[in-house]
Amino acid sequence: MTDTPDLPLAAGTPATEPGALADGRWHRLHPATPLLRGGVAFLAVLGLLVANFRDRFLELVVGFQEEDPIDLLIDRGLLLPALGIVIALLLVGLVGFYLSWRFHQFRVTDEVVEMRSGILFRTHRQARLDRIQGISISRPFFARLFGAARLEVSVAGQDANVRLAYLGSAPADALRRDVLTLASGAQRGGAEAVAEARTGLLERRVGELLAPELDPAEAPPESVVHIPPGRIVGSLLLSEATVFLVLFLGLGVPWAVLSGNWFFLLGAFPAVIGMGGFLVNRFTRSLRYSIAGTPNGVRVGHGLLSTSNQTIPPGRIHAISVRQPLLWRPAGWWQITTNLASTRLGSGGATPATTLLPVGTRADVARVLALVLPDLPGEDPGGHLLEAGMIGRGGEDGFVNAPQRARWLRPFSWRRTGFTLTASELVLRRGAVWRSLVFVPQARLQSVALVQGPLQRSLGLAGLHAHTVAGPILPRLEVIDQGTAVVLFQDLAAAAVTSGAADTTHRWNSARGAV
Amino acid sequence: MVTGVEPAAGEWRRVSPKQIGVELAGAAGSTLFAGALAVGAYVVGIGFMAAVFGAAALIALAMMAVVPRRVRSYGYQLREDDLLFRRGLLFQRFVAIPYGRMQLIDINRGPLSRALGLSELKFVTAAAATGVTIPGLPEAEAEELRDRLVELAETRRVGL
Repeated sequence: MTDTPDLPLAAGTPATEPGALADGRWHRLHPATPLLRGGVAFLAVLGLLVANFRDRFLELVVGFQEEDPIDLLIDRGLLLPALGIVIALLLVGLVGFYLSWRFHQFRVTDEVVEMRSGILFRTHRQARLDRIQGISISRPFFARLFGAARLEVSVAGQDANVRLAYLGSAPADALRRDVLTLASGAQRGGAEAVAEARTGLLERRVGELLAPELDPAEAPPESVVHIPPGRIVGSLLLSEATVFLVLFLGLGVPWAVLSGNWFFLLGAFPAVIGMGGFLVNRFTRSLRYSIAGTPNGVRVGHGLLSTSNQTIPPGRIHAISVRQPLLWRPAGWWQITTNLASTRLGSGGATPATTLLPVGTRADVARVLALVLPDLPGEDPGGHLLEAGMIGRGGEDGFVNAPQRARWLRPFSWRRTGFTLTASELVLRRGAVWRSLVFVPQARLQSVALVQGPLQRSLGLAGLHAHTVAGPILPRLEVIDQGTAVVLFQDLAAAAVTSGAADTTHRWNSARGAV
Repeated sequence: MVTGVEPAAGEWRRVSPKQIGVELAGAAGSTLFAGALAVGAYVVGIGFMAAVFGAAALIALAMMAVVPRRVRSYGYQLREDDLLFRRGLLFQRFVAIPYGRMQLIDINRGPLSRALGLSELKFVTAAAATGVTIPGLPEAEAEELRDRLVELAETRRVGL
């Protein structure tokens, strides 16, 4: 309660100058922060309540309501006290907002990103720079009108992120670049502040609203993948959620109406809502999608009105899956998802997306993989591994596949069930109907398991599980020859140790020197 | 064809035979519990529930027969760079955890284990799927092992 005096209030400076936020001193957030963080909604709700319940309230307090309350106040000589109370309440609210803004500060030192906030209940949170899993900047539509952005530094773990909401739009971009540069192990001063063209406020706002979500000074402006709107719509129409919705509307609803079984509708309703939400979410996440390589990692952006983009430094991706839902096969579309250590469950503005490519062709997949797995193209000049992994039907194609006796356990997919080890990745191929190809960087392996149940033992098969951080991908092979599995287990256990020790991506630029 | 996998040569360190007592007590407890429920259901007159719980009690009783072998199946090896753990007879599981990947090591003691002077060592990595727990270690050995592993993890610390 009383731990305020040590706060160097005078040290904080408003966050206006780009490039100056990562200087190791305490800074404050954008002045419009209280408004953007729900102050407007609060005021609007309050106004609504007052407008709607004024009469009822007066009836309760005063006991009658024949006269206009203002007249009543004047008649009884209470106008001044009433006005005074209203003004005092407003003042308390304003002072509260102002203080919470004053006390909410952050700084970036050579080691950590630090944030402290709260008036009565102080919180203090640090994120170590070499443990940063990614930085995302999101701009909800309302905040974009004010030229504000929300910056979120992801670290490993549930809900452990440092969230700076809100910052100025341009300073947020500069701050991310500086934090990433510091985190990369390059020396301070390497990042020059980008001189901003001094234009009028209005033009700058318009410019920020229209600008692509990738900061042009930062990334190569060309995204390596462009998703035409038609493909987004098509990919959503051809999804399992749509099939479910169509079945529900086409069969379930008529059946319920005809048979009078209304409880079915009631039970299915939440699922339908969920599916609808899923489709809408997927749609907005795919709009104006872009992905580009930057010196500090891969940057993925999306969004039309509310935009968001996330930079994932090298070595932060724990598994990559390229998969093709059955319905997408005629169109030749694929989806890329990832396991990230910073994945946060539940919804919320800048949730790090695990989807790296919502929908793309095989060429798109190859380009995205070239960004996130830079070692791969060197080893795979003709794209042979990718081709075999994505559309191959098995046989002698560079993968060590399951033996024929595995067909008892995997009647369709046994030919495609296999793995291969590249210099830095474990590559798993699975599924004949729902095809998928999984890459696990060996340097990210947490542990390896070899499993064998009674059925597998009777067929001379064994399963191999690679353990990575939690995410949508489970890198597992269930049916491979047991002798092969033992060798793979030994190789992977050794590789996890050696590549883990040789890995320098926690300071990804220090090995190459300052950039 | 039915020999099963054996991924590592070398001597497996086994857990204390007293652990058999702990697990037998657990199995006996669930047998009694299911049996009591079955009898209760029979007395009340719900024949179908009585059958279900009776079957559960029989399965739990049968499990008691394999407890000694199951406890003997737990094993671990401290290799140069990683810890190797095995468990299971019917469903065998071998896990290799590099020392540098261990995030924390827990020592747990249940009431019965404590009475017998046993501890359980639980390893946590960044992957929830790792799930390695070595039960039935004598207390002194568990603490010594914990300290040794923490030290090893510290010298081989790697990022996530």
